[in-house]
Amino acid sequence: MSVHRHSSSSYSFDNVIIQSQAAVVGPVEGDGPLAQYFDRIWPSELNNHPSSEKAELALLIEAQNVALTKARIEWPNVDLVMGGDLLDQLIATNFAAREHERPLAGLFSACAVFAESLGFGAMMIAGGGPKTVLAAACSHHQSAERQFRYPLELGYQKAPTAAWTSTAAGACVLAEDNSVKDGSLVIEAVTFGHVIDWGEKNPNDMATAMTPAAFDTIKRHLRDMQRDISYYDQVYTGDLGVMGIRLLDAMARQEGLNWSRYISDCGKSLYDIERQDVHNGGSGPGCSASVFSGFLCHQLQHREFHRILLVSTGALFSPKSYLQGESIPAIAHAVAVSRIN
Amino acid sequence: MAKVRKLSREMKQYQNMADQLRPGKPIVKNAVVAFFVGGTICLAGQGVQWFFMQHGMTPKEATSPTTVVMIGLGALLTGLGWYDLVVKYGGMGGSLPITGFSNAMVAPAMDARTEGFVLGVGAKLFTVAGPVVAYGLAAAFVVGLIRYLFMGVG
Repeated sequence: MSVHRHSSSSYSFDNVIIQSQAAVVGPVEGDGPLAQYFDRIWPSELNNHPSSEKAELALLIEAQNVALTKARIEWPNVDLVMGGDLLDQLIATNFAAREHERPLAGLFSACAVFAESLGFGAMMIAGGGPKTVLAAACSHHQSAERQFRYPLELGYQKAPTAAWTSTAAGACVLAEDNSVKDGSLVIEAVTFGHVIDWGEKNPNDMATAMTPAAFDTIKRHLRDMQRDISYYDQVYTGDLGVMGIRLLDAMARQEGLNWSRYISDCGKSLYDIERQDVHNGGSGPGCSASVFSGFLCHQLQHREFHRILLVSTGALFSPKSYLQGESIPAIAHAVAVSRIN
Repeated sequence: MAKVRKLSREMKQYQNMADQLRPGKPIVKNAVVAFFVGGTICLAGQGVQWFFMQHGMTPKEATSPTTVVMIGLGALLTGLGWYDLVVKYGGMGGSLPITGFSNAMVAPAMDARTEGFVLGVGAKLFTVAGPVVAYGLAAAFVVGLIRYLFMGVG
């Protein structure tokens, strides 16, 4: 049980396992290509809840409960809950804590919060702090539309580069296990991102704002851990989407790196981009949380992948900051997860 | 306004690269669809006006009840959750007619319903249409003033 410091950004750990994971998604996500990997699919966006904010809260609580049930532990055994969402004052994460009454470390890094929670949780467990951490993140399409964009029923045309905030929640139970068995998923390392702003101002093209942050974090991670990208079966960015993956590939190519085979994106994988009309692809904290907890963990457990790097990406702007002419700062956090044998 | 951050050459190159990779908007297709969607709405409006004229109104008299009917139609389609689809495909062809204005008033009202009638619906009603109302009034004032200076009252 220890934390190894590789740089001020990157740390690796021994024996921190993902004990269980759960993903609960909305109807559009449940209609996508990853449907079979999710634990629950809601039949409608609101699922009989009176407001989209209450629906988002219920989505998060459901994912947290399913994760605990799968780990066969009760709420009182959770030492620390970590995570975040997109809503002002983190009301989904904070209101969920009103129900479960466990210690809470609410985090905000927009859509990058799930990898941040996994990384922090693993580091705290490995450092001898809490024994069991529940890391979770969520987002809701309608509550995000209301907060960041326009009223739901207002008609307007979205740009092809606009992101579709996912109705999704993902949760993982992290614990220490000194007798790591074959088939366990371990959180190997984390690289915390730097905030990068290369001057993109358009909130309808967050991929362009976030891609330099993702590129920086991946490069930093590989350098700190002295690895080549081929060490991983696949590097999954959070919500760069169609445009962002194209840009990331082009940025890597400019530096003479051929990453095409190794990079994928959670927001692009979550939907059938051609059929589902989600523009650039999914976004939101729940996007990488649900794709990781549903699809990626399944692929690791079923030996499709051996090692992956999850790079959740976040655009750190507010509706006020861009109206005031500010460009969009972005961050990306990376978590390396592998299966033991 | 925020102080403009100075972009390095690397950042400018990156912006150029992004501009090249960014998928373009289907402008021609959008314009054609907007023409037909907007045209259809105007045709419906013309039909309503003819209906009132059939019932003995002059074209000028028929304008006001036609506007009311079209606003009601826009509100109804918004409430049914259909008008956002009209604009999604029709673009400005759906936004520009008075039915679009109705959509811009009703959508925020529906959205703010969960925050109550006073600080929700009442306060948020003009969040989308507000600029149109405010600057429309301001423009009307200026144009009216110019007209008065040149032509006087009457």
